[in-house]
Amino acid sequence: MSAPQDQTPLLKLIGITKQFPGCLANDHVDLTVGQHQIHALLGENGAGKSTLVKMIYGVMKPDAGEILWQGERVTIANPAFARRLGIGMVFQHFSLFEALTVVENIALGLNNKADRIGLADRIVEISTRYGLPLDPAASVHDLSVGERQRIEIVRCLLQNPKLLIMDEPTSVLTPQEAKKLFATLRRLATEGCSILYISHKLEEIRALCEAATIMRLGKVVAHCTPAAHSARELAELMISAKLKPNDFAPRPISDRPPRLILDRLTIRSNNQFGTDLTDISLDLAHGEIFGIAGIAGNGQSELMEALSGEIPSGKPEAIILDGIKIGHEGPNERRRLGGSFLPEERNGHGAIGGMSLSENGFLSGHVRGSLHRLGLIDRKRSFDFAQSIIHRFDVRTTGPAAEARALSGGNLQKFLVGREVLQAPGLLVINQPTWGVDAGSAAAIYQAIVQLAEAGTSIILISQDLDEIFLLCDRLAVIAGGRLSAPMRVADASIERIGLLMGGTAEAREVAHAVPV
Amino acid sequence: MQFRFEPRGERSRLWSVASPVLAIFVTIMATGLIFAVLGKPPLLAVYTFLVVPILNLAGLSALAVKAAPLIIMGVGLSLCYRANVWNIGAEGQFTLGAIAGGGVALAFANAPFWLLYPAVLLSGVAGGMAWAAITAILKTRFNANEILTSLMLTYVAQYGLIWLVTGPWRDPKGFGFPQTALFSASATTPVIVPNTGIHLGCLAAPFIALGIWLLLSRSVLGFQLRAVGLAPRAARFAGFSEVRLIWTAMLISGGLAGLAGIFEVTGPIGQLTTEISPGYGFTAIIVAFLGRLHPIGVIFAGLLLALSYLGGDAAQMNLGLPSAVTGIFQGILLFSLLGCDILILYRVKRIVPLKLPAGETA
Repeated sequence: MSAPQDQTPLLKLIGITKQFPGCLANDHVDLTVGQHQIHALLGENGAGKSTLVKMIYGVMKPDAGEILWQGERVTIANPAFARRLGIGMVFQHFSLFEALTVVENIALGLNNKADRIGLADRIVEISTRYGLPLDPAASVHDLSVGERQRIEIVRCLLQNPKLLIMDEPTSVLTPQEAKKLFATLRRLATEGCSILYISHKLEEIRALCEAATIMRLGKVVAHCTPAAHSARELAELMISAKLKPNDFAPRPISDRPPRLILDRLTIRSNNQFGTDLTDISLDLAHGEIFGIAGIAGNGQSELMEALSGEIPSGKPEAIILDGIKIGHEGPNERRRLGGSFLPEERNGHGAIGGMSLSENGFLSGHVRGSLHRLGLIDRKRSFDFAQSIIHRFDVRTTGPAAEARALSGGNLQKFLVGREVLQAPGLLVINQPTWGVDAGSAAAIYQAIVQLAEAGTSIILISQDLDEIFLLCDRLAVIAGGRLSAPMRVADASIERIGLLMGGTAEAREVAHAVPV
Repeated sequence: MQFRFEPRGERSRLWSVASPVLAIFVTIMATGLIFAVLGKPPLLAVYTFLVVPILNLAGLSALAVKAAPLIIMGVGLSLCYRANVWNIGAEGQFTLGAIAGGGVALAFANAPFWLLYPAVLLSGVAGGMAWAAITAILKTRFNANEILTSLMLTYVAQYGLIWLVTGPWRDPKGFGFPQTALFSASATTPVIVPNTGIHLGCLAAPFIALGIWLLLSRSVLGFQLRAVGLAPRAARFAGFSEVRLIWTAMLISGGLAGLAGIFEVTGPIGQLTTEISPGYGFTAIIVAFLGRLHPIGVIFAGLLLALSYLGGDAAQMNLGLPSAVTGIFQGILLFSLLGCDILILYRVKRIVPLKLPAGETA
């Protein structure tokens, strides 16, 4: 520690600038990562964090600025060069072949054939040393998301990196898994591998990181020591506005018969590596917001499509909406009966990027908005419908003729939420309503959801963001492995119990069933 | 100096129109170069290929006659491709249209025009649809790739035609030539401009293009076809049935190809022979793309590609070039078009060396 070269920062960025068409993604960004340091890069979606680390990892080149690696100026031309320097990166979205085994996946990423000899043994050695249990012979499609992340980490560690970049690593982990990951990261740091940790989760950064760089709209707004600030102060730096306490008044629960009943809904996923739904049962009251928590890939998309009618159930009585059996019906019949749906993926599922907002309004609004006549599109009414969404939800765009893909994520999401909300549905099913959405738009979306519930709409909110569920929902259940836990009141739920349920362990299920709510 | 392609982030409206123009220019340059290599003066050769054929009325009417099947099939294929259904077998559906309609024309040769002619046209459409339906059922029931099945069915259709005109349907008074009897006057597509070859099909083509354009842009069905082509999951989300839309797209494009086929054999040809098409069904694929999968664009593209057939004949007669120049021109055109289309989503940017901020350290 006392040797003078240890004082040289491992990585120093000076004035890094990157311009994208219509957007200055990084504006003279400075960043210094010390030796043995766990350094947080903090910011909202769209603050420019990913762009910055892609330049460190050689995926993109900066337009201006310089990168110093152990005090020497370097030009990182590509990821192979970054790896030679000793930079490893674990991406948010894994690049693994589902049908191959762990060792095959790792072997595919190696540049040198000779490295494949004894690879399985080295994987076992590294994974035990750092507490990342992994079976080299397991097929990836049998593994949980947490285990898949371990593959990516082990893949990096095999190259003895000096700097490990982790992009939002805990977004796919249960609270318990995240805790184990932190132990691994601390161990790595003491052994000499610095970590650049990208996240917008404030508590975990305060617990884990010694230093933080906070970005907003492409610029660095602060360098600080996270533990010295409260989560709230960090959040305010990150989003610039003073946070209002966002407490929504509790809503009285109606005693009318349930709006929606799911009775042992069982669905086969239409994706080879998807999750089948097994025996999902649920009663949803009028005006209730019901949260469905869980780690990505545990059947959320399938549940969304089962409820929207994209994957109809063989049994009509599996889904009963306002007393009518609709399990076998397609999306339009369900819309006719008052259903509204908004899937997680905006581009290509909830909306069509290459079509205008007017046409995207028509996409799901044509049934109840009577936007067509005699087989022809009523262009005026479609235009007016889009116009009213834009107006009511403050969508920043040039107008209904704008293509959906020209809108930012937050604006498009506001438009889509508006499209469903303005149809005054009896039932709204919404998956990841604020994924990749800026704080302002998220607040507007929350407001719309709560107002809708106050007006009597029953809402199913599927989300990986527990804060969101705790903020908005009356009751929640956890989906794991395509099964839904027993519902619990949000007021009675604890993070620990939800975490266990998210992991889908048998004990957790027993616990859940032993405590009826 | 180095250049690279940089994503625009959105489609350029300018380049989606300018790209075909640039592609045509590149094609003319490349064709001129090939003429030069073959030892012909390039300017004269290009002039002979693209201008000479339409310098007189006969040439213009020949252009209309050649363009009609290209436009009729091109709009059908545009609709199909918009829906992400890759029907490559318009040539086969054209052939089946000719066979089905021609069969009715031969069987009821003595029926009156008002009865026979519409029946012949309808049978032609039905024949094309039936042939496309085989591809549709293979796709929707067995998930068989429509590119392969529709293409292979084209060869089946062509051999079927050869068998018919050399076998059971051969004209007994035809001195053994592989052709049927000439169709009766009641089964002949009327010429609408006297003393030219311009027939009813040439008049129908632009109206069909207009109709398909309205269908695509104004109707709910057209919206569904575009939606399923752009984003199949979003179409499913909107409650549109993909299976039904595949059927619709195949039947419309197959029916139009069949219509083009029956116009061709009851019009310019007048009988069934082994050679009823110089590859119109395949050229129509180029027409559809050159026309930006837009029915109105297809009209212009159809005229240009029709010109390439006439130009091939002219180049052969006047310059002694092989008629294969038609195929070469069409191939280079499709190739250039697909190349130029990169400019719709990307812009060319000069790579500038990194500017390092001087003195700005610490």
